[in-house]
Amino acid sequence: MNLAFNILLFGRMLRAAGLDIHHGRLLDALRALEWVNVGSRTDVAATLRSLLVHERDEIVRFDRAFDLFFKAHRPPAPGLPLFPLGERPRVVAQPAAGVPVQTEFEDIHAGPSSATRAVGAWSAASVSRTKDFGEFTERELESARALLEHFPWRLGRRRTRRWQRASSGAPDLRPMLRRAVMTGDLLDLPRRARREAPRPIVLLGDVSGSMERYSRILVHFVYGLAQSATRVEVFLFATRLTRVTRHLMTRRGDAALARLAREVQDWGGGTRIGEALRAFNTRWARRVIRNGPIVLIVSDGWDRGDPVILSQELGRVRRCCRRLIWLNPLLGGADYEPLTRGMQAALGHVDDFLPAHNLVSLEQLADHLRALPARTQPVAWRARASAASEPPERSGAEGPPRATG
Amino acid sequence: MIQPASVDGLQQAMASQHYIAGRGLAVSTYLALRLQRPLFLEGEPGVGKTEVAKVLASTLETELIRLQCYEGLDISHAVYEWNYPRQILEIRLLESAHALEPRAAERELFTDTFLIKRPLLRAIEQTRERPPVLLIDEIDRADEEFEGYLLELLSDFQITIPELGTIRAVQPPVVVITSNRTREVHDALKRRCVYCWIDYPSVETERRIIAARQPGVSERLAEQVAAFVHELRGAELYKTAGVSETLDWAAALVALDRDELDAATIEETLGILLKNQEDMQAVRGEPVQAMLNRALARGAGG
Repeated sequence: MNLAFNILLFGRMLRAAGLDIHHGRLLDALRALEWVNVGSRTDVAATLRSLLVHERDEIVRFDRAFDLFFKAHRPPAPGLPLFPLGERPRVVAQPAAGVPVQTEFEDIHAGPSSATRAVGAWSAASVSRTKDFGEFTERELESARALLEHFPWRLGRRRTRRWQRASSGAPDLRPMLRRAVMTGDLLDLPRRARREAPRPIVLLGDVSGSMERYSRILVHFVYGLAQSATRVEVFLFATRLTRVTRHLMTRRGDAALARLAREVQDWGGGTRIGEALRAFNTRWARRVIRNGPIVLIVSDGWDRGDPVILSQELGRVRRCCRRLIWLNPLLGGADYEPLTRGMQAALGHVDDFLPAHNLVSLEQLADHLRALPARTQPVAWRARASAASEPPERSGAEGPPRATG
Repeated sequence: MIQPASVDGLQQAMASQHYIAGRGLAVSTYLALRLQRPLFLEGEPGVGKTEVAKVLASTLETELIRLQCYEGLDISHAVYEWNYPRQILEIRLLESAHALEPRAAERELFTDTFLIKRPLLRAIEQTRERPPVLLIDEIDRADEEFEGYLLELLSDFQITIPELGTIRAVQPPVVVITSNRTREVHDALKRRCVYCWIDYPSVETERRIIAARQPGVSERLAEQVAAFVHELRGAELYKTAGVSETLDWAAALVALDRDELDAATIEETLGILLKNQEDMQAVRGEPVQAMLNRALARGAGG
């Protein structure tokens, strides 16, 4: 049987299954098969896997495709549909009928767009800056979306380990030497300093039933943040934790949001914050907590899980990050007290407990992130509880709401 | 052995260096050698990624050059650096002898004598008859800028030093790149490599690894240790035990003169397997006993 033909066909099948297969690698694979025992199924699989797969998450898909393809004595004839794989991971499963979020996103597609997108429109927008997000009408949501997608996030900076030329700092010896050789003296010292980069952000957003009024604005907020210059990792949770970072890495906001809605299967479900955080800590933290990130948790703190777990896992998150900020949309209410068990368990661990219920509170958050102070003791929440309900004029002189004690 | 003639040959050669390679790893390594492409090894910490390079170097009877990656790793630490103190000293000497003449000084100061060669340059430069094994360890710790540089280096195997010129490898080195996957390494780099994900070994393979690496361990203890660690990896922990922890643990048990596992000993030596306070608390007491029971039952059953 023509091996080359079969390998090319297999490559087509893998592509259909959503793997990124290059022609060059297929040629490598053909060459490589001359050197291994083609009588051994294990060896052939290992050979093709080594050369065609370069991602751990693709291994399962590859193995399944391999089994399917080489189980039959004859490979499928060309022209046969090549999708009997059971799934095509690049095309995500259709959402179950009646998922509310899906239809809401459809509304967004239909609505007016892009007219009010300029950053300059921020203050002139027809959206009240102090109105609670939960009470937004469809129209206001649409305007807010345009604003949030282009929200001018400027994040606190961290010093990297990489050097660049600077006007002051440590002497830069290499150009100094070159100059010294040319001119014969060492008077003029070139300098270098550590380069700075924006601090990365990890966001964990609650999309459970109790957050429903805010979850649409939350995804706009998250998308806008992901478009900022820094590295942003985003997870959404209700009962389960879903990483959605790669769905946000697109320039098309509406497409990104529609994909989010499909990907997060427990949207609108119950909340288990502690379990979600545990999943984050055990499965993801080691991979995404890098370079001293700011961790933002957006949740109302209504939790059906065990508060002991929540406290334990939150403590661990805090020890791994530069700053842990809890954003609670309910904190905007004048008479809100964080009495839920979840919130009580959380308060001992967070660095900042801030409102996130209207545009003013988000502006204040942006100011806060820009000038992030050094870590203090966990917060006393009361000092700032009402800060965002009274709109300060945007003079710029006022600092972000911050507890001092 | 110099160049293994087949996958089996390589697997045996590695086994004779006390490295028990799974079939997948052996095939990938063999192909990397034949195709002269870098071998990209990913896996959890402590599954023996770095060890592959060491064993490969001694199998191929050549030198191992290791570059440990970290954030901010730059050319002056990865490739080369000029020896500035010596150069300055030289200028001062020339000055005091009133012999400083700019053109000549430049020629003199930027020569091999003043060059500090870092791992990548040493791997490219041909001074031996056989190409060395170049280990680029934990590339996920380096930043994207370094990855970009590496991409260029791995495609032409040449390095340009502005003051000296271009240095090209006659024979490309055998490159092994490892990653703990604390971040995604760029696709463009991985695509140039032979990729292999190293999983935790099966109980039987791990038993063989213990036997190969720690000859002092009795067969029964090796079996129990492998089975217990397998159970431990099933528990929900922040950071579970790798193969290197298993080996340390087996050595510790021998040092304590144990030839059988019991719950008390496990608790006393748990710090060798788990390096995290919360994890240790989570398994102490009843869970340890339960895991031990399952591990012993496995030995009795099979």
